[in-house]
Amino acid sequence: MKALFRYFSSIFSAFKSLWTGMRLTFYYLSHPKTILTQQYPENRKTLYIPEAFKGEVVLIHDENNEHGCTACRMCEMTCPNGTIKITSITEETEDGKKKKILDEWIYNLGMCTFCAQCIEACPQNAIKMQNTFEHSVYDRKELIKKLNHPGSKLKSTKKI
Amino acid sequence: MEIPKQLIPLEDTPGEFVINVGPQHPSTHGVLHLRIKLDGEKILEIEPHLGYIHRGIEKISESLGYRQSIYLTSRMDYLSAHMNNQACSLLVEKGLQIEVPDRAKAIRILMVELQRLASHQLWWGSAGLDMGAVSPFFFAFREREQILEIFEETCGTRLTMNYITPGGVMNDLHPDFVKKVKALIKQFKVNIHEYDKLLTGNIIFQKRTQNVGFLPRDLAISLGASGPVARASGISCDIRKLHPYDGYEKLDFSEIVMDKGDSFTRYLVRIEEMKQSMHIIDQLIDNIPEGDYRARVKGIIRLPEGEYYQRVETARGELGVFVVSDGNKTPYRIKYRTPNFSNLGALQYIAKDSKIGDLVAIMATLDLIIPDIDR
Amino acid sequence: MILMIGFKDITLWIHQMLSGYLNPGWVVASEALLVGLAMILLVVIMAVAMIYMERKVAGFMQLRLGPMRVGLWGSMQAFADVLKLLLKECLTPNGADKLLFSLAPFVVLTVSFLALAPFSFAPGLQLWDLNIGVLYISAVSSIGVIGILMAGWSSNNKYSLLGGMRSGAQIVSYELSAGLSIIAIVIMCGSLSIHDIILSQSDGWWIFKGHLPAMFAFVVFVIASTAELNRAPFDLAEAEQELTAGFHTEYSGMQFAMFFLAEYTNMFIVSMVGTTVFLGGWMPFHIVGFEAFNHLMDYVPSFIWFFGKTFFILFLIMWFRWTFPRMRIDQLLKLEWKYLLPLSIINIVIAAFITIMGWHF
Repeated sequence: MKALFRYFSSIFSAFKSLWTGMRLTFYYLSHPKTILTQQYPENRKTLYIPEAFKGEVVLIHDENNEHGCTACRMCEMTCPNGTIKITSITEETEDGKKKKILDEWIYNLGMCTFCAQCIEACPQNAIKMQNTFEHSVYDRKELIKKLNHPGSKLKSTKKI
Repeated sequence: MEIPKQLIPLEDTPGEFVINVGPQHPSTHGVLHLRIKLDGEKILEIEPHLGYIHRGIEKISESLGYRQSIYLTSRMDYLSAHMNNQACSLLVEKGLQIEVPDRAKAIRILMVELQRLASHQLWWGSAGLDMGAVSPFFFAFREREQILEIFEETCGTRLTMNYITPGGVMNDLHPDFVKKVKALIKQFKVNIHEYDKLLTGNIIFQKRTQNVGFLPRDLAISLGASGPVARASGISCDIRKLHPYDGYEKLDFSEIVMDKGDSFTRYLVRIEEMKQSMHIIDQLIDNIPEGDYRARVKGIIRLPEGEYYQRVETARGELGVFVVSDGNKTPYRIKYRTPNFSNLGALQYIAKDSKIGDLVAIMATLDLIIPDIDR
Repeated sequence: MILMIGFKDITLWIHQMLSGYLNPGWVVASEALLVGLAMILLVVIMAVAMIYMERKVAGFMQLRLGPMRVGLWGSMQAFADVLKLLLKECLTPNGADKLLFSLAPFVVLTVSFLALAPFSFAPGLQLWDLNIGVLYISAVSSIGVIGILMAGWSSNNKYSLLGGMRSGAQIVSYELSAGLSIIAIVIMCGSLSIHDIILSQSDGWWIFKGHLPAMFAFVVFVIASTAELNRAPFDLAEAEQELTAGFHTEYSGMQFAMFFLAEYTNMFIVSMVGTTVFLGGWMPFHIVGFEAFNHLMDYVPSFIWFFGKTFFILFLIMWFRWTFPRMRIDQLLKLEWKYLLPLSIINIVIAAFITIMGWHF
């Protein structure tokens, strides 16, 4: 008798446990407001990308098309993947001193792991991470970017 | 414990046949390859084959600096990226004898516990998925997504953060951090009951996991299992309690130890751990000390000559970092003792003599992350 | 009143028109062709509707929207999928039994179509009023397992073989309780003919008329038929996480689509059986004593009643699928042999007793 009772009570508790789950899924089925899906290309305008999002490295240019990179190559040395290649040319200033000037700031987005150690390493705070994220291109070569704008030059910083 | 010496042959024998589960298989969560000898549905022998995602992180680290190696550790156990970074950072701090500011410590614990929550949520979802219930996966992702958004705001990335660095953390908290975490914890305390409704209390799930995949205490110790897997077998092994770091000693939380050792116990341990993680976050979220978020550390780190070991509790168990330094800017030798490698060892003993369906359930509750096994 | 015309008049009109032009032999042949086309059309439309419903139900239960891209609210998604499958190559694995491999999807699909014959969709809209209709359906639908076994065996894939074997064990056992649960109603009704079963429910559906045994039989029927359909929580034959795709692992393109279509056709058939036997077929919902309400219900066309009830059972089956985890093979067989079968046998005894005593309405 006891075994029979256990047999039927096990069936009953099984159904109860299944019904709890079914009630939950039905709740969400009948409450479409709980839907979390974001319709990505449509909601591009309202999409919230945090300022801190590490999308790609950019060289900061001000309104005079001047950047802060002194071509010290700290970022290139810090980068664990060899993402950054900096070439510099040596110019002579008016008072005869030789000075290194940035020629090309090459950034290979395809190799970047977004660890942001180049930004940490930069003594001039000349580079930053930008929160752009739509990086897909048809050709891998397009991911190799030259970050200094054409015609840009070093920010004239006064020694304090 | 008997160590199987002979590998399972590829050929079938009468009455037995050999199947390869993985490296491309829906339930292996990555590129784990299991060679299984079957008698009908029953598993006679099981043999994990590793190395499909071996990237040589330990070897690469020997040629990279300490700072550069830390970012690689996020790629080992990608669901415990913060913990991996923390382990390396703690080791460097130990070597250089840097005092981490209190604020940084608090931020670290908050981030790490959020990460533990996110990891266990993903595990819960995929455990349901492995047993054929698709819906839990999405319910788990609802909260996990919020945690990832919190990470995104502060750390800049969602999965491989590289946020915890030697000396503290990379950047300060986002102004909305406290508000968002509070809202998340408040919501999750309600929503965790849905976990019980969908899986924990479900009769099918219970029957699938109870009395399946017993990991006895002795075996767990001799295999070096750690984390929830070992704690479900009655071993107290929470590094946060045993060797506190980053101020865990000041916090009130309990280590979840259960002693039945089957799949369902491993499941319960993780569910309870989520509640404990929320408890830890509750204590800290209103009391983040003011001050610096990072102590000054030189750009190029040189550890003094010697050997260093640091362990942390990741979402899956004990992660140990062992470094031999010869005083240069790169480590002479680095070795990660990863939790998943040891936990995987249990699979071939506990899944023996069970059904194929059980194998999937056991793998789900072992919560294996394959890149962490291969490194 | 277009509704007053009824399907009987339409079929009669078609028959008379054809008889006017052709000799009797050709009339039968052309009518068979028409009926076949109509059935294929019905199944395809239903399959498309069911696939769309399934994906939307799944999406909404999982906090998602489901398909949204193709057509308005993703309504053309199923057509896009079919188009994709049509364009794909049907691969045959090396070492497969080529004949059986390509025959299997046809067997499975043909069997599902065969079982459509005796259904009555609306008054007068019935292909074949077979006097053993219910028996015919349960007999024919069990041939489907041969196709699944063929697919599993001939693929030369161990996963497929395991899936086929699981499916065999499962369908053979669950056939019993699905059959027994229908038998409970057949006892009360006293006829195996689909038409008679529906007519006997004009004063109330069997699920209400038959007291507890009928309700219990309905629950058993839904569980057993879900298992027969190889759907979650009984989808062991194609258990994705265990056997990648089970018996149809090696199938691609249109051959896979045929398995898929057969699965949905079977779902449709099972729901129609449930509707016919338990929920009164095309009979409207009546409450004894509320004449005004009953008249209102009569105005709803009978085929809407039929398909509405069918979709209700379809929804139940989908609801199970998107809520529960999968069972293990031994638990699956345990559920059948230790719970469903003994309880159904007891249920039949009770049903027979009730019928003899005349306690049902």
